[in-house]
Amino acid sequence: MASHAIEVKNLYKIFGPRGRDFVDQVKAGLGKTELNEKHGHVLGLQDINISMPAGGVMVVMGLSGSGKSTLIRHINRLIDPTAGEVLYDGVDVCKMSENDLREFRRHKTAMVFQKFALLPHRTIIENTVYGLEIQGVPEAESRKRAQGWIERVGLKGFENHYPNQLSGGMQQRVGLARALTNDADILLMDEAYSALDPLIRVDMQTVLLDLQKELKKTVVFITHDLDEALRLGDKIAILRDGKAIQQGTGQEIVLKPADEYITAFVKEVNRGRVINVETIMKPLSGNAEGMPITIGTVLESAARMMTVASLNIAHVVDANGKPVGSLDLGTIISAMVTPIGHQLQAA
Amino acid sequence: MAICSYLPDLLCKFPAINDTTIRMARKSVDDGFKALVREYVNVIDALVQPLQWFLNYLEKLFVSSPWIIILAVMVAIVYYGSRDIRITIGTIVSMLLIGLVGLWNDTMVTLAMVTVCTFIAIIVGIPIGILMARSERAQSIINPILDVMQTMPSFVYLIPVVMIFGIGKVPGLIAVVIYAVPPMIRLTNLGIRLVDKEVLEAADAFGSSPWQRLKNVQMPLALPTIMAGINQTIMMSLAMVVVASMVGVGGLGRNVLQAINNQFFTVGFFNGFALVAIAIIFDRTSQAYGKRLQKHSEVIHG
Repeated sequence: MASHAIEVKNLYKIFGPRGRDFVDQVKAGLGKTELNEKHGHVLGLQDINISMPAGGVMVVMGLSGSGKSTLIRHINRLIDPTAGEVLYDGVDVCKMSENDLREFRRHKTAMVFQKFALLPHRTIIENTVYGLEIQGVPEAESRKRAQGWIERVGLKGFENHYPNQLSGGMQQRVGLARALTNDADILLMDEAYSALDPLIRVDMQTVLLDLQKELKKTVVFITHDLDEALRLGDKIAILRDGKAIQQGTGQEIVLKPADEYITAFVKEVNRGRVINVETIMKPLSGNAEGMPITIGTVLESAARMMTVASLNIAHVVDANGKPVGSLDLGTIISAMVTPIGHQLQAA
Repeated sequence: MAICSYLPDLLCKFPAINDTTIRMARKSVDDGFKALVREYVNVIDALVQPLQWFLNYLEKLFVSSPWIIILAVMVAIVYYGSRDIRITIGTIVSMLLIGLVGLWNDTMVTLAMVTVCTFIAIIVGIPIGILMARSERAQSIINPILDVMQTMPSFVYLIPVVMIFGIGKVPGLIAVVIYAVPPMIRLTNLGIRLVDKEVLEAADAFGSSPWQRLKNVQMPLALPTIMAGINQTIMMSLAMVVVASMVGVGGLGRNVLQAINNQFFTVGFFNGFALVAIAIIFDRTSQAYGKRLQKHSEVIHG
């Protein structure tokens, strides 16, 4: 099953009984506070244009109230937009009939929720087959498929437990298994890991990354945690007050924050895990010296390799082993610690 | 009233509609209602006939079966419902006592009546409760009707019931159902409305149809509340059986009524306690059963 990209175009959501009437005014520049004070309507999303890569992880990041959960609910239309389009494989989800939408949700999407949203009266296996059950897949077949995913997420032996008997991390594994059993192309994860404690969260991120290597689904991941966004996202969009204020890869966002708001966010980030060696390497002068480091390696790993090898100098090689630039430990460390704005101007 | 001398007459003495007009209105409503009933008497009889059959069948079954079989079946139901040996023993003891004081047959008649009433209240109440939970408009229409049903003194609505159906078991049955169905409806509505929004959203996200949503999520999660509704309905049916005996329902209620009329203190209390015993058996069993349904939510980890 080939994955398709999701295109969100000119999406507006205004909450309130007469939301549609205010779209033009918002387009003309009516702000969120003003709309709320004057007309009692809440601006959820404004002019969202995001192209979510096929078979990649799209992270939408924002603080609470930024509209990120509203945005993800437009992709399977749990929320109807006020204006705009959500295109999947050329079809506008927002214009689907009720039946088409139900089929789309059954076969093309699966969702994981922040608070797990498992059925408390059903056992783990019964929860996991839920998607297949409503598609009408025969029980023996759906149980077999569900069993496979339960084992993949590491819950073998818990099939006949009830959700309340499991810890939060385990419950979210069930949520993930339930979504994966659906075998849908789009995986929507709404703050899926936000309710988990930090160690388990990292653990679950690893589970997702490992699975994604093999499954290549179009994942939309919502989070308020920039570290999580940088770790998971092939592409990241940052939302604030319903507007997408910056989009790009993790590195682009860390290196070139679009405004003060994002700069403030990025300050706390561990740069060593985000910035790649090719971003800070100097042009090759003369021969390649020191140890070779492949393009795409993050600074932290490069520093570790060089420290272990007791070398101060290294050179960057491309995928074919051809030297393309030079590095020294000092540059790496200063890139890891100084705000990168200065770094770029200097380079 | 000295103050009245300063006020216009209209503000002092309430301007009631005069007696003649009221009498006329009353007469025309009563007569119209009677004429309407007379017109459709056959249709009404045909409609309630199945109820009559059902009730008669069950009553005959309960009364004519040997007591030991009835007791065995009751004990089995109580035990498998509650899984509690104390409730089971309590059932045996109280039923034996009821038999000893000679109230076995009357108790069976009442039991048949309450069974049919509860059954009908469930069949009528659950769909109405679901309808109310699905639509705000339905809720705003049905709620005041339920308020009237619950607060209107039962003797008052016995009047039209008797006018329509005459004296007998079926009108008694209908009066009991009117009295006992509101908690069933309200608690079904409440149970469905209290279902976790997130779980519902998950059901939607996986593409559930409205029926799948109701069947897989709303009803199972509302079940404990619905069970409380059934419990309330049974209790209210038992309470109402005494009032319904005024329109010809037999059993323990009629004995109580006779005891009131003749000041038979002891007979009154025997029958009263028999009703209490049945009520407690039903209540404890259905509550224990309801609790067992929620077993999955007992163990909670942080």
